[in-house]
Amino acid sequence: MTTTAARPSRPQERGPAGRLPWVLVLPAVIGMAFLVLPLAGLLLRAPWSTLAGRLAEPRVLEALRLSLVTATVATLACLLFGVPLAWLLARAAFPGLRVVRALVTVPLVLPPVVGGVALLLVFGRRGLAGQWLEAAFGVSLPFTTAGVVAAEAFVAMPFLVISVEGALRAADLRFEEAAATLGASRWTIFRRVTLPLVAPGVAAGTVLCWARALGEFGATITFAGNFPGRTQTMPLAVYLALETEPEAAIVLSLVLLAVSVIILAGLRDRWVSGP
Amino acid sequence: MFRRLRPRVLAVPAALALVCGLAACGTGASDARASRSPGGSGSVTVFAAASLTGTFTELGKAFESANPGTKVTFNFGSSATLAQQIVQGAPADVFAAASPATMKTVADASLAGNPTTFARNELQIAVPADNPAKVDGLADLADPKVKTALCAEQVPCGAAAVKALDAAGLKVTPVTLEQDVKATLTKVELGEVDAALVYRTDVLASGGKVKGIDFPEADKAVNDYPIAALTKAPAGAQAQRFVDLVLSRQGRDVLTRAGFEAP
Amino acid sequence: MTLQARLVVTRPRFRLDVTLEVAAGQVVALLGPNGAGKSTALRALAGLTALSEGHITLDGRPLHTLPPERRPIGMVFQDYLLFPHMSALDNVAFGPRCHGASTAEARGTAADWLRRVGLAEHVGTRPRQLSGGQAQRVALARALAVGPRLLLLDEPLAALDAHTRLEIRSRLRRHLADFDGATVLVTHDPLDAMVLADMLVVVEDGAVVQRGTPAEVARRPRTDYVARLVGLNLYRGVAAGRKVKVGETLLSVTESLEGPAFVAFAPSAVALYRTRPDGSPRNLWQARVEGVERHGDSVRVHLDGPITAFADVTPAAVADLGLPPGQRIWAAVKATETHAYPA
Repeated sequence: MTTTAARPSRPQERGPAGRLPWVLVLPAVIGMAFLVLPLAGLLLRAPWSTLAGRLAEPRVLEALRLSLVTATVATLACLLFGVPLAWLLARAAFPGLRVVRALVTVPLVLPPVVGGVALLLVFGRRGLAGQWLEAAFGVSLPFTTAGVVAAEAFVAMPFLVISVEGALRAADLRFEEAAATLGASRWTIFRRVTLPLVAPGVAAGTVLCWARALGEFGATITFAGNFPGRTQTMPLAVYLALETEPEAAIVLSLVLLAVSVIILAGLRDRWVSGP
Repeated sequence: MFRRLRPRVLAVPAALALVCGLAACGTGASDARASRSPGGSGSVTVFAAASLTGTFTELGKAFESANPGTKVTFNFGSSATLAQQIVQGAPADVFAAASPATMKTVADASLAGNPTTFARNELQIAVPADNPAKVDGLADLADPKVKTALCAEQVPCGAAAVKALDAAGLKVTPVTLEQDVKATLTKVELGEVDAALVYRTDVLASGGKVKGIDFPEADKAVNDYPIAALTKAPAGAQAQRFVDLVLSRQGRDVLTRAGFEAP
Repeated sequence: MTLQARLVVTRPRFRLDVTLEVAAGQVVALLGPNGAGKSTALRALAGLTALSEGHITLDGRPLHTLPPERRPIGMVFQDYLLFPHMSALDNVAFGPRCHGASTAEARGTAADWLRRVGLAEHVGTRPRQLSGGQAQRVALARALAVGPRLLLLDEPLAALDAHTRLEIRSRLRRHLADFDGATVLVTHDPLDAMVLADMLVVVEDGAVVQRGTPAEVARRPRTDYVARLVGLNLYRGVAAGRKVKVGETLLSVTESLEGPAFVAFAPSAVALYRTRPDGSPRNLWQARVEGVERHGDSVRVHLDGPITAFADVTPAAVADLGLPPGQRIWAAVKATETHAYPA
C-alpha cells in the first residue's frame, strides 16, 4: 500500500495534437463517410461470383488499356502545356490576366458534354481549326484515340494548372533572385530552381489531372465518340453497360477504381524519394 | 512528416475525381431535381424517354388545362436510366419508355401496372442538309469512305439499327457508337459524320438541320413505345388519367405530328 | 575606384538616393535603421531592383545596363536562400555551372570553396541539415565561387545566435580580407559594421547622413541614430571659442571652434549629484530623472531637462542617490570628457 502510494504518479503525456477538438473530428468523420459510403455501396452490390469472368472479357481489357494509355498521354500533354501556362499566370503581368485566369478554369464549370461540343466546333470536321487541319495534314481528331486524349486533356488541364499556379504563387521568389545573382538565365532558373521547388504542387496537380482524365466521360463521348478499341474508354463502357447490365457497370467501375488506386499508391515511393 | 503523408493524401482526391467522372454519366442524362415529387394529389410526375420531350411537354400542358390545379412534372432521359431510377424507388407516377426491354425492367419489379404500346418509331437515315457524301440508301453506309454514326447496341436506337442492317444484309463499320439518339443526331448536325441511323421523329425535330432518307428495311426495325401507370404512383388515379390522355385521339394526333406512328 | 555608383530608387512615399565608391579589396558597410533603404541599395547594385536614376560602374564598365545574371557579382542574402533541393556542394557548384563550367569542373570549384570555408565534410549535406553558421558559410562560398568582382552581403550575420555570430564574424572578416574585389555590406548592427568594414556609409531615410572610417564615425557621430549606435550623447549647437551653445545651455569644451558644431560625450562621463556640487568649473545642469534601466554592469539613467542625456552610473550610486522617476538631480560633465567638432 505504501509502496504504491510512494511511487510518483507520472502525468499522462498529451500534446496539443493528442486532444483533437470534436468540432473538427465530427464534421471530418461525416465528410469521410459521405465520400466512402458510395464506394462501399459499389463493393456491396458487386457480383463477386461473376467477377473473374467479366474481367477476362477482351472488351474490358481493351477499354482499360485504352483508358490508361489516353489518360497518361493526356496528362503528359497537360504537363507540357499546363506547367508553362501556370507559370505565366503566376508570374506574368499583362492586361487581361484576370480574364485569362478565369477562362482557364472554364472547363471546370462547363458540363463536360458541352466541352465536347465546343471541341467539335473547333476541331471537328467543319470546325474552325479542324477544317484547316484536315485540309493541310489530313488529320481529323473526332472519333480517333487522339481525340480521346484531346477531350481528356481539355477537361483535366485546369486541375494541373490550378495546382501548379498555387504552388508557384506560394514559392519564395527570392530563391529565383538568388539564382539570378549566380548567373542563371531565366530558363535555367525555371528548370533548376523554380520547378524543383514547386515539385510537390506539380505532383499533386499531375495526380488530379491523371485521375480526372481517367474518369472523363462527357467530353470524350461527345468529341471522340464511342468505338471499342479506339475511343471506348472505361467510363464509356461503364455508361453503356449501365443501360442494359447495371451489375456489369459496377464491375467495370470497380476495375477502374482498383487500377487507379494501385497505380497511384505504386507511384508513392517515387514521389517520396523525389527532389 | 508532411513529405511522408503526401502521397497517401493524393490518392484520395484521385479516387474522388474518378468517382466524379463516373457520377457525371449518371446525372448527365437525367435531371435529378425533376425526380423529386412535388407531393399531394395535385401533381403527376412522368418519367419519359428523351425522344418524347417535345410531344409529352405539349401533352402535359393539355393535361394541366383539362385538370385545373394539377401540375405535371417531367423527367426526360435515357429509358434505361429512368427504369433504374424507378426500380431504386424514385417517386414516379407514369413511365413512358422507348423500348419494351426497359419497360420490362420496371414490370419485372412489379412496379408497372399494365404496359400499353402507345407509339412506334421508325429509323431513318439522317444526313447533313448538304449531304456531302451523297448518301441515298442504306447500302451507301457500308462504303468505308462514308463516315457513319450509329447508336450503341445497348440503347434502343442501336438495337434497332442492328436489326435493320441485318435485314438488309449489310455490314457497316461506324466511326462511333453513340450513347443515345440525340448524341447521334448532334454528330450529323455538326457535320462530323456523313450519315447516321436515327428515328424519324428526331429528324423532324431537328427542324431542317438534317435531312431524313427513308429506306425499306426500316419496317424490320420498328421500335415500340410502351407506357404504364406505376403501381406505387403517389398521384394514384391521376397517373392513369395521364396515360389515358396519351392513348386518346388527342394524344395520337400530337404524336403523329411529331413523326411517330400509331401502334 | 573599382565601384562607383549613384543609386536612385523612387517609390511612392520613399526615395533612395545614395552615392557609393568602393576600392578594390575595400569593404564598405551600409549602416542604418530598418527601412532606411540599405537593402534596396544592395538590390539595386545586384540588379534585382531597377534604378529610377543614376548609374553603376564596376572597373570602368557600366553595370546598370546588365540584368542580374550578367553582372560579375556574388550575393549573400540575409537568410542565405540556399536551394533546399540541392546539396551544399550543388548549391556552390550552381554558379560555376551557370557560368559555363562543366559539371565536373563546377563540382571541383565548389569542393574547393567548401574546404576553404571549413565545410569539406558537408559537401553532401542538404541545407536543412546545416546549422545557421554552416549555412552562412555555404552561402558565402556560393557567392565567392563565381569569382565575383563585387561581393554583396545583406545582413550576413543577422540570422545567427550571439555565440555563433562571434565566430562567424571573425571568419567572415578573414574571407573578406582575402577577397580582392569590392565588397558592400548591409547591416543595422554597428559592431558588425565596425569589425568588418573599412568604411561606413550611414543611411537614414534613403539618404547618406555620414560616411567615414569606423573610428571617425564612432568618434564623431553626426546624427542621433549614429550617436545611439555608438553609445554617445550627441548635441548640435553653435560654437564660439571653447563654448558651444546647445539650446539655452552653454557647454564648455576643449576644442576651439566657430559656427555650427557637434558636442559628444559618453554616458559614463556624466556624474550625478543630489545637491549642487562645488569645485572646478564644469558643465553643470539640473535634470529630471525619466527612468532607469540596466545596461551591462552599470545602470543607465535617462535624463530630461535643458538637454536630454543618458548617464551611466554604478548600481551602488543608484542606491545612494535614490532615483525615482521625476526626481530632480544635478548632472555634470567635465570639459575634458567632451568632444566637439564642426557640424
